[in-house]
Amino acid sequence: MSGIDPFALAAAGLMAFGLYGFCVCRHPLRRLLAINLVGNGVFLALILIARRLPDGPDPVPHAMVLTGIVIAVSATAFGLALIRRQARPEDDGND
Amino acid sequence: MSLAYQAMPLWVLLSSLLAAAVIFALGEGRPRLRIGINLAAALIKLVLVGIMLLGVRAGHEFIVRLPLMPGIDLVLQADALSMLFISLSALLWLATTIYAIAYLEDSPNRARFFGFFSLCVAATMGIATAGNLFTFFIFYEMLTLATWPLVIHRGTQQAMRAGRGYLCYTLGGGAVLLLGIVLLHGLAGPQDFVAGGTLVERGESHPLVLTLIFALLITGMGVKAALAPLHGWLPTAMVAPAPVSALLHAVAVVKAGAFGIVRVVYDVYGIELTQALGMAEVLAIAASVTIIYGSLRAIWQTDLKRRLAYSTVSQVSYIALGVALANPLASIGGLVHLVHQGLMKITLFFCAGCYAETHGIHSIDELDGIGRRMPWTTAMFTLGALGMIGLPPLAGFISKWYLGLGAVAAGQLWVIGVLLASTVLNAIYFLPILHRAWFRPPKQADDSLAEAPVGLLGPTLFAGFAALAVGLFAGSGWSPLAWVELLVQREYSP
Amino acid sequence: MTEALPVLLVFVPFLAGLGQFVLGRAVPWSQQFVSGFNLLLVLLLLRAVAGGEPVIADLGGWGEPLAIHLQADGLATLMLLLTAVLAVAISLYAIPAFGGHARSAWQFWTLWPLLLGSLNALFLSRDLFNIYVTLELVTLAAIPLVLLAGPRKTVDAALRYLLFALLGSLIYLAGVALLYAQAGTLDLALLPAATPTGSLAGPLAAALIITGILIKGAILPFHIWLPAAHGGAPAAVSAILSALVVKAAIYLLLRLWTGALEPLVSIAAGQLLGLLGASAVLFGSWQAFRQSRLKLVVAYSTVAQLGYMLLFFPMAVTAAWQGAVYHGLAHGVAKAALFLAAGNLLYYLGQDRLEALRGIDRPLAVSLLAFGLAGVSIMGLPPSGGFTAKWLLLTASLQTGQWWWTAALVAGGLLAAGYIFRVLRLAFLQSAEPAERRDGPVPGRLMAWTATALALLAIGLGLISAPLLDLLGDIPGGGS
Repeated sequence: MSGIDPFALAAAGLMAFGLYGFCVCRHPLRRLLAINLVGNGVFLALILIARRLPDGPDPVPHAMVLTGIVIAVSATAFGLALIRRQARPEDDGND
Repeated sequence: MSLAYQAMPLWVLLSSLLAAAVIFALGEGRPRLRIGINLAAALIKLVLVGIMLLGVRAGHEFIVRLPLMPGIDLVLQADALSMLFISLSALLWLATTIYAIAYLEDSPNRARFFGFFSLCVAATMGIATAGNLFTFFIFYEMLTLATWPLVIHRGTQQAMRAGRGYLCYTLGGGAVLLLGIVLLHGLAGPQDFVAGGTLVERGESHPLVLTLIFALLITGMGVKAALAPLHGWLPTAMVAPAPVSALLHAVAVVKAGAFGIVRVVYDVYGIELTQALGMAEVLAIAASVTIIYGSLRAIWQTDLKRRLAYSTVSQVSYIALGVALANPLASIGGLVHLVHQGLMKITLFFCAGCYAETHGIHSIDELDGIGRRMPWTTAMFTLGALGMIGLPPLAGFISKWYLGLGAVAAGQLWVIGVLLASTVLNAIYFLPILHRAWFRPPKQADDSLAEAPVGLLGPTLFAGFAALAVGLFAGSGWSPLAWVELLVQREYSP
Repeated sequence: MTEALPVLLVFVPFLAGLGQFVLGRAVPWSQQFVSGFNLLLVLLLLRAVAGGEPVIADLGGWGEPLAIHLQADGLATLMLLLTAVLAVAISLYAIPAFGGHARSAWQFWTLWPLLLGSLNALFLSRDLFNIYVTLELVTLAAIPLVLLAGPRKTVDAALRYLLFALLGSLIYLAGVALLYAQAGTLDLALLPAATPTGSLAGPLAAALIITGILIKGAILPFHIWLPAAHGGAPAAVSAILSALVVKAAIYLLLRLWTGALEPLVSIAAGQLLGLLGASAVLFGSWQAFRQSRLKLVVAYSTVAQLGYMLLFFPMAVTAAWQGAVYHGLAHGVAKAALFLAAGNLLYYLGQDRLEALRGIDRPLAVSLLAFGLAGVSIMGLPPSGGFTAKWLLLTASLQTGQWWWTAALVAGGLLAAGYIFRVLRLAFLQSAEPAERRDGPVPGRLMAWTATALALLAIGLGLISAPLLDLLGDIPGGGS
């Protein structure tokens, strides 16, 4: 873990990019995408951290990433459903 | 002694608290039952207070101690000073309840009124029996909360303004008081009220902090005691119904502030320390300024209740003055005024209420010739007013006499000047009212006899004669004066 | 036997929620059993923890570095107790409140036990990643509840809530990742010893974790999502959100600050958090004072009240610890009472504009009484839980010589009096025209008395603080 790791750079870049997007964009869809960017950055960082053990990857961060992805996917789905409901003109309210 | 007997202060407190709870629970529906409960509670309390009075006179001290927070107890105790305040409040509560029942007959929201009314008296009982500053504060704030709905009971814009002013002053004062109490706790730990105070040893090591705390405590109490310039809420609060004014001025609120000042000076700091810190003189000067200022303002008021309100501002400071002079005779004068002022002022407010209810009279220039139409009420008003001026042998005279003696003994001759000036000013604002009432011809042609209804007149007569009696029979063994002498003896001979 | 309690506390509500979901229709009474059982479990746990030793459940029996532990110490048990008591009251309240509407009722009775289980799990977690998962569970169970109010604008509020919550938890997760990279463990008990100090990455990780939690806890600069969501949700849901969900985030902050992150935090950070808290108190109270809708008043009041709990961080003495936690309890109970009472008013009036409250009295007397009593605690006037907390915090501020917090505490109390009395006075105002008969349904006894019971409890907390503070104990690790 010496020098500048391109993966670390990518992770930091994704997070920064996402945060910037979250702050700048107004539209909820863009914000949701920005959050997903941050999430990907964090997950990438976790995978990088798994390299910290000398003999083979550390399984704990992998487990964390898997759980994180599951949560991120479901939360994103929920967010998309909300955005759809918001965009739709007032009607019966079924979804 | 049995536990139940020892816990008397708690029962006295609960007698009003439970009455309040039941009245709230009953709602508007059953007025007769409510009135019955109200009166029963007042009578039971009176009996309980009577039992306690006998006990304390025999030298018994009632103490109830309930742990509240780690290291802090809720302490209810009945010593001689508590009994002075508690007997006054219990007695006048009964009178005021009867008066209020008659006064508010057929008006809306009576359950609400009487519920908070009982809560108010419960808080007063708590203040009177509080055994430490923390307990005192709890009930002090409870009194603020319970009185507010009474002040705005009428629900008019004017009442709302008065309520807002009342809250701003009293909650602000409460915050200042809380600060003082927390600081004192930090410095000296929990302080029970003990005659002579408990801070003497610390006086030398922390004079500055103690002075600051004293200032905070007195400012906090001074708001309710209507010490100038903290009195602003009191005159505006007179828009409340007459029984509430009686409660504010004579039974509960203003008295709570004055009582608190007495407690702080006597039982927390002790007179010696107060003097050593130089705060006794500051307090004496503040009280004197208030006495003169209140009287001066009273002269220019044309509304009867407003004039009485400024008179309260002035008169209640006699108590603080007596305490601040820090000598036994002045203390007697100040403490006995707690009772005397209460009786006289409640008479005056009852009369003002009678005038307002019977003939719709609010302003002083409408009082012309009222003595012919309402001779009993006006006679009582005269008794109260003359007592306030300090005509011997009425109650007000006794207070002033002892205050004067105390001032001489303390070598503070300027206080005599204050007393004289106040007497003259009292005469200036009361005598014209009496003259109008008795000697001017009525403005309306109708000058037939039209007294206030019995429910209003009865309590008024009771209060008026009580005010007369405490003056006339001041020498008897059961008078407030005798009680206060006993109390002051204990305070000054540790 | 006691080791099973934490496990049951998590799984019973979860199973109940899933059962509701599978059943496909509302069964309100089953939730009453669940919340009652939950309270019973917490009381049993209380008895076990009262001895002084925490109860630890070792899930799967994996042993130290790998295991996932559920742990109940004094702090966690108090939060569980708060949750359990409120759960009983709110579940009862929700029977009439959600009675009629089949679909939203089913959604409520499904999501609410899930949220309850998630909250329990959050309080019991002893592992940074587990906490992340439970935080997300809480969020994902809470936000759909906001939507049950129906009107379209709560969609905006819910969406904004979701976005902020997701961002907060990702920032938190980034901090956790960074911390794990250095310490190699996620267990709260093992972290302080394993964390190397001196490098920059440690404090950065702590800062990320704390920022993430602050976003979730709606502390001042991040409060913007809260008022609309809490104000727009149905009353029972608002009560849950304000009293429990945001409180969970602050709980986490207290827990981590005094435990896992202890080697990494600095005095300056504590002062900064205190400053945020004090600003939240002043700003939130001021905003509450300016609102013209009842539920927004109460929602902004939450923004303010959460700030008090942050005053622990700069002072960090026993009195501050006890004061902050006790404030959490007192505020939880009082705020739930306020929201339920506000819900009753709304139910009757059909709207919650403050002017509509003018002169209402009779049919809502009990609810107003509840509002007033809970208000006493919110204002910090004695005797009430709020006062006890304020007293402890004031004592702490004078003890530590940090008098500036005293000013915030006193000013906050007075501002709170301002917004509470602003509501109460309206009820006393005489309306110019004779009181109109409104045809809104009068809230039933269950709705009125659950609010009142909670309000009375908020007052009662001022009288029973000794055993609760005893259970809480001193700052974990003895403080610094």
